[in-house]
Amino acid sequence: MSIRVQNISKVFERFPALNGVTLEVKQGDLLALLGPSGSGKTTLLRIIAGLEFPHSNDGKVFFEDREVTWSSAYERRAGFVFQHYALFNHMTIAENIAFGLRVRPRKTRPPEAEIQKKIKDLLAMVQLPGLEHRFPTQLSGGQRQRIALARALAVEPKILLLDEPFGALDAKVRKELRKWLREFHNQTGLTTIFVTHDQDEAFELADHIVILHEGKIQQAGTPHEILSRPANRFVAEFLDLPFPS
Amino acid sequence: MSSLALTSRTPNHDPKLVAYTLTALAISAVGIFLVLPLVAVFAEAFSKGPAVYFGTFRDPVTQNAIWLTLQVAVVAVPLNTIFGLAAAWTVTRFTFPGRRFLISLIELPLWVSPVIGGLLYTLIFGLQGWLGPWLDERDIHIIFAYPGLVLATIFVTFPFVTRVLIPLMESLGQAEEEAAVTLGARGWQVFWRITLPRIKLGLFYGVILCNARAMGEFGAVSVVSGHIRNRTNTIPLQIEILHSEYQFAHAFALASLLSMLGILTLLLKVYLEKQSTRRTASPAPPERLRHRDPAVPTT
Repeated sequence: MSIRVQNISKVFERFPALNGVTLEVKQGDLLALLGPSGSGKTTLLRIIAGLEFPHSNDGKVFFEDREVTWSSAYERRAGFVFQHYALFNHMTIAENIAFGLRVRPRKTRPPEAEIQKKIKDLLAMVQLPGLEHRFPTQLSGGQRQRIALARALAVEPKILLLDEPFGALDAKVRKELRKWLREFHNQTGLTTIFVTHDQDEAFELADHIVILHEGKIQQAGTPHEILSRPANRFVAEFLDLPFPS
Repeated sequence: MSSLALTSRTPNHDPKLVAYTLTALAISAVGIFLVLPLVAVFAEAFSKGPAVYFGTFRDPVTQNAIWLTLQVAVVAVPLNTIFGLAAAWTVTRFTFPGRRFLISLIELPLWVSPVIGGLLYTLIFGLQGWLGPWLDERDIHIIFAYPGLVLATIFVTFPFVTRVLIPLMESLGQAEEEAAVTLGARGWQVFWRITLPRIKLGLFYGVILCNARAMGEFGAVSVVSGHIRNRTNTIPLQIEILHSEYQFAHAFALASLLSMLGILTLLLKVYLEKQSTRRTASPAPPERLRHRDPAVPTT
């Protein structure tokens, strides 16, 4: 599913977090929202997910051709993975993964056997088989992040949104998961946006990169385009590139 | 429990003398002002033997007072629980102008004397009050009757559940609730499946505190009660009456009942705190804010 964001602005207690952001993500794209902290990248991701809403009526969000600007997060069904995982600590791993299926109304809820099969398949996919009966607090950070991803995928979203997915992990696990996410994306072709402040991560993983600063898009393009032609002084300095003055 | 060999919990090593003096001071203060009176209550209650002690609870007037206290608590505590949940939810999940003011307002009953609470209700619902004549015409009795007792108790115990829940819910954040919503859960599903399980220890803690206070409230209830025997006397009021009639053994026997409720509440509180620290003892993401000790309201 493609995503289109039009002229989105957001103000937090008089501090502008986003200022007229427009952006398009094609079906199957892996896009990085890159920027220093406070640049508005997480806010943009949350507006796409339906966890925040834009400030004015001019801003619009589309999934394909359907406008979703004011629909709630549960209607949008975008898979969202939080920086600190947000796993349900009082539930087992299996219950965490099955949550999105079990809260469905009876008519659309899959039968229990199907749910069990799905849990197994998803655990195999994130390479953590056999963890069904553990609790989130018994897992390592990297494992938790993969469970969070499995939980988001259980409801078969058409869009995957990741907020600093590797931000809380140590360097080694980070590298592994990065590689794994790239492979995962190649297999599924799910339209994916991830937020990061780490340029290496963005340039290594993404098909397209959007650089945000002070609530505005500074540059959007492929890693190659950005590296060869930084659009302005901020981008150049942020990426440590020479900028012809 | 502080062991006799005091081990310093902080890197700055206070001189032993200071440590021992302060500990001795704390223990003797607790002993003199808290433990001794409690022992005295039970000693006095049994001073005329167990027959008199248990005889207290066979007196129909006293039985009525106990029954009435339960009837008041069983309405006031659930109402304040629901209110406390709603208020804590509103205050921690939304930002709106006047939010801070609302929090202060909820805590108002902690800062004003309970007697004032009672007087306010008398002013509104009493025969000489604003609504009194109108209510009287319709034969609705609030002051000097059961509804007045419930109202006064609700006033006094208003902040207890909220005060425990607000810091707890603030520290837990709402990422898990948001995760549930992105997975397709609706409002009530989020509450029952995510929020409530996460806050249940804190909630229960607030409820038992609220209950202890509801059953033990004297001031506010005293004003609206009118002290009608067999009709509007709750346990604390009955204790006062027995005491003023020089029936000391009976008064203390009934007081011991309230004391036991207090001790039970305290034990439950200790148990709950153990439970919540046991949970937090398991390895958890370091960035996650843990259960803060809920602020204990001053009673």
